[in-house]
Amino acid sequence: MMLAARTRAEIEHTRRRYPHPRSAIMPSLWAVQHELGWLPPEAMAEVAELLGLAPSEVQAVATFYSMYFKRPPGRHHILVCVNAACALRGADETAAHIEQRLGCPSGTTTADGMFTWESTIECLGGCGGAPMMQVDHHFEEHLTPERIDAILARVAAQPADHRDWPPARVPNPPASTTPPPPTAEGPPSAGAAG
Amino acid sequence: MAEYKLLTKDIGVEGLQTLPVYERRGGYQALRAALRDRTPDEIVEQVKISGLRGRGGAGFPTGTKWSFLPRDVFPRYLCINADESEPGCFKDRYLIDENPHQLIEGIVIAAYALQVKHAFLYIRGEYHDQRLLLERCVEEARAAGYIGERILGSDFGCDVIVHGGAGAYICGEETALIDSLEGFRGQPRLKPPFPAVKGLYGKPTVVNNVETLSNLPHILSRGGEWFKAIGTERSTGTRVWCCSGHIERPGCYEMELGRPIRELFEEHCGGMWRGRSLKAFQPGGGSMQVLLPDHLDLPLDMDAVMRAGSSLGAGAMMFMDETTCLVNVSMRLVDFYHHESCGKCAPCREGTYFESQLMHRLEAGVATLDELDTLKDICANMDGKCFCPLGDTATWFVMSAYRHFRHEFEAHCGAGGCPVAREHRPLPAGAAR
Ligand SMILES: Cc1cc2nc3c(=O)[nH]c(=O)nc-3n(C[C@H](O)[C@H](O)[C@H](O)COP(=O)(O)O)c2cc1C
Ligand code: FES
Repeated sequence: MMLAARTRAEIEHTRRRYPHPRSAIMPSLWAVQHELGWLPPEAMAEVAELLGLAPSEVQAVATFYSMYFKRPPGRHHILVCVNAACALRGADETAAHIEQRLGCPSGTTTADGMFTWESTIECLGGCGGAPMMQVDHHFEEHLTPERIDAILARVAAQPADHRDWPPARVPNPPASTTPPPPTAEGPPSAGAAG
Repeated sequence: MAEYKLLTKDIGVEGLQTLPVYERRGGYQALRAALRDRTPDEIVEQVKISGLRGRGGAGFPTGTKWSFLPRDVFPRYLCINADESEPGCFKDRYLIDENPHQLIEGIVIAAYALQVKHAFLYIRGEYHDQRLLLERCVEEARAAGYIGERILGSDFGCDVIVHGGAGAYICGEETALIDSLEGFRGQPRLKPPFPAVKGLYGKPTVVNNVETLSNLPHILSRGGEWFKAIGTERSTGTRVWCCSGHIERPGCYEMELGRPIRELFEEHCGGMWRGRSLKAFQPGGGSMQVLLPDHLDLPLDMDAVMRAGSSLGAGAMMFMDETTCLVNVSMRLVDFYHHESCGKCAPCREGTYFESQLMHRLEAGVATLDELDTLKDICANMDGKCFCPLGDTATWFVMSAYRHFRHEFEAHCGAGGCPVAREHRPLPAGAAR
């Protein structure tokens, strides 16, 4: 047994909320990830045992969904949207700035284990505040290089308590006071490849 | 025409996310009156009269969908679709963030009308804070007697279960949502049987969007006839428009259906940023076809936009200025569908792969003119031939952009780079070209 008693209790509780225990797989995996930060195979086996299912049934679910970590990530996780609406307002520049600040390419973890970051083509539902990113699941919108630097500094000072997401946050500026996009001069548009 | 704000009317009121403030604004009165004065069938009838059409993308009449449930088969289930992952859409997140109890009231009204004892709210994994907020609001509503056994002293009882997704666009498709909720890899199922007949756990099931259900307290408190008078004959009510891209004020704006797109664009969005001009826009979300500046005079009416060759879909509006490369935008949208293809059927799984490879070659300026024919060929072999609409829609934007901006696609061929970026993003002085 590798899961804490409270995680096991949460899984038992979840199981009873659904007409079929299989439906409890996803919430159980979230509970595990919130405790351990990722999904080790032994923990998935333990979920299967608690729900009375085969380990393969739990693994099949874990591997389908992109938000379950199959490897341990850094202390904090950053997701930068580069889909169309964000790209129109400078998402590529945002991603480049983060890459330069953290010193590692998308999909990797900083040498000190502090940040794992990736750019994603999934629209995160923050197009109204583009360019945007999510840090430990929180929306950070209307990004500029200065805002990004401030956010990274703030987050690095926070502990990585997966259970206690969400940590205290700085509110986004209201949409009506849209700050200028990352590149002050020149048109950041979707035509970034040239 | 009067200016109508329904769903967003109270947004901005301090503390609206808490029960006491929502109640003070008249919240849960529609549910109270429904349970006291109306039978479930009468509510279905009011929703039919209202003409409300689904806000999740397909625009199917809600009352009609509800009446497809076979009589006397129980249990039945209600699934609330808060998976919102369509590129360009963020209205459901806005409605949850700003007015969560309005949604919960709508859910319980629908559950009563459909005689459902378990409502499952499926929210995308990325909306983590929104999930926590909804869980808190459900508990608040339960403590006040709006959820649980014998709601407000009636014989009706219902539970609302918030279920978090984990990053899969396809789980917004109703049968994939059901698959995911049952604890499988979320892949679409063959229809028929439709969920109304055989849905969650094999039982009759209704899947409705967040915005659709948020309309119910308003319809029930003022009546279907009143609601029907808002908007146009076949597109009734208002919609919350998700405006993004090169506009002065991106954000969510509620507007009555039937008004011109131009009004949304100019008055709410503040027009183009930096004094630039509009090149094209995409209504409906990442799946939908591109429209041109002339189309700004179209009404916000589902059928009118459909006749113009696109769709109002899930209520997005992405505006692009003159510096935008349509090949680049197409490439990103194609990449999205490639990333999100669930892998169940070959035309979508393989087609989006080839489409994406080709779009990257094109944007990099290394594709040949012949490859544009290949692109058309790939898309023709996907559209209408995939298991679910994901694969079909993976071709719509790129094909419409190709039709309207053919010269731009052709100019990329063999250009050794993106010609649009080259024109609009001059290299710094002294740099080699
Ligand atoms: C690929 C795909 C993705 C979809 N994503 C969503 C979504 O995120 N949210 C949503 O409400 N409907 C989505 N839909 C539409 C649903 O299948 C369904 O029609 C809708 O939830 C019904 O609700 P409504 O009648 O209230 O609009 C999607 C459909 C497809 C084919
Ligand atoms: S396109 Fe980036 S959040 Fe929607």
